[in-house]
Amino acid sequence: MFFLANFIFTFAIPIFEVEKIEKMKKTPLSAIHEALGAKMVEFAGYYMPVSYAGIKEEHQTVREGVGMFDVSHMGEFIVRGKEALDLIQLVTSNDVSKLDIGDAQYSCLPNKNGGIVDDLLVYRLPEDQCAAGEQAYMLVVNASNMEKDWNWINDHNQFDAQLYNISDETALLAIQGPKATAALASLTEMDLENMKYYTFEKGKFAGFDKVIVSATGYTGSGGFEVYAPSEHAAEIWNAIMAAGEPHGIKPIGLGARDTLRLEMGFCLYGNDIDDTTSPIEAGLSWITKLQKGNFHSCEIFNAQKLTGIRKKLVGFEMIDRGIPRKGYKILDEEGKEIGEVTSGTQGPSVKKAIGMGYVKMGHHKSGSEIYLDIRGKRIKAQVVKMPFYKAK
Amino acid sequence: MLVSMEVFLLNQLTMETPDNLKYTQEHEWVKIDGDTATVGITDFAQSELGDIVYVEVETVDQSLAQNEVFGTVEAVKAVSDLFMPISGTIIAFNEKLEDDSELVNNSPYEDGWMIKIKIENPEELEALMSAEAYKELTNA
Repeated sequence: MFFLANFIFTFAIPIFEVEKIEKMKKTPLSAIHEALGAKMVEFAGYYMPVSYAGIKEEHQTVREGVGMFDVSHMGEFIVRGKEALDLIQLVTSNDVSKLDIGDAQYSCLPNKNGGIVDDLLVYRLPEDQCAAGEQAYMLVVNASNMEKDWNWINDHNQFDAQLYNISDETALLAIQGPKATAALASLTEMDLENMKYYTFEKGKFAGFDKVIVSATGYTGSGGFEVYAPSEHAAEIWNAIMAAGEPHGIKPIGLGARDTLRLEMGFCLYGNDIDDTTSPIEAGLSWITKLQKGNFHSCEIFNAQKLTGIRKKLVGFEMIDRGIPRKGYKILDEEGKEIGEVTSGTQGPSVKKAIGMGYVKMGHHKSGSEIYLDIRGKRIKAQVVKMPFYKAK
Repeated sequence: MLVSMEVFLLNQLTMETPDNLKYTQEHEWVKIDGDTATVGITDFAQSELGDIVYVEVETVDQSLAQNEVFGTVEAVKAVSDLFMPISGTIIAFNEKLEDDSELVNNSPYEDGWMIKIKIENPEELEALMSAEAYKELTNA
């Protein structure tokens, strides 16, 4: 045997050679992951932990307890200025004017052909560092797209707005699971218990100032994401591990991050969405606010809403035995190609083989029987509503 | 990054590679018992794949040549073909793996065996790797 394909991520490869490792970008926590015995891979040019105890065990830890991810590879941009709002309104699809200070929003950067440059989070920051009349935002983008996004946003900045790339100075830890609040409670005065989903606070955390704690995540099991200066990342990681120890906190790798998000039907850029898929096709109409005024590709999205789309991103579960993987063809009953799988896995919590993929309209309704071409065999599956996993 | 290399070597040292088995470049092991060969994947292979969720072998009773695909192993996030280490007829599949594929992770050399082959060309066995050669391969 060996590695017909590795589906953890498109460009993930196991690492064996010291020279290769040296060329990769590191997060401030790479040495900690190594010391914990993590299996390390290259992801988006970064040297990242893919698993520690095993994907299934880590997945269960997040669903039932609490786990911590190092996702410091993610990119953070600050946008500040009198017209910061105008710039972000133009380049993103969601309505940023709805955000109060302390709110976060899921959104995407459309390109001009109706595709997606990246998906991202938009945070409206406190204005303590702003001059009169200025606003400040933080955009959190995928590591793999950081440079593309940076250029894209700068190229469209004809506004009174300054951009700062703070990715290298910023560490991001995700503490996820039903016991996340309990695990972090002793580290901050913030009222984590009552922090609403998609809101955040900036303040003192684990003894350090100016830390952002936001009630967001990519797992569907609740919890927080903590943005902190890179230089304090190791101390904060250790403080969280110590405070969470009585609650059973464990480190979690990117492998379980992928199975957790997939059970929720959350899109992964590069798999389920890319430069060629529209947010309408991807089921992201809810972040595409056509009423908000001009933004990139808004006419295309409007037309798609009015006259319809040709393909749609759906979730499906396997009826016959087999595991869906990115790139497998989706067929109809006659064996005609109707689409392609964009993500797939055995779901550790749902205990089923599940996947997402684009299918031609007509095959998109839940209950529709579809078939996957798995190594030349036609294997039956069924379109189902997402999320696959529903929290107890 | 000296730390990485040390951790990597430590992982290698904890891998099991029993001396009484033969090995292939494709990270399979072969146990010879008269004219029957039992085949599975190595400790190194199961560890690289991670949690194994499905072992598909639909070639029982078929006669396959060396290096032909006899099945597939699926982990949560990886899939890999399984290759015939030697030519022969597949006379058995470990049916316990149907419901308990994790046996491959937990006991790669015992309960996690995959197939039994009726050996066709005993001379093919000569070319298989010794435990020592295999250890060198996985340390490379």
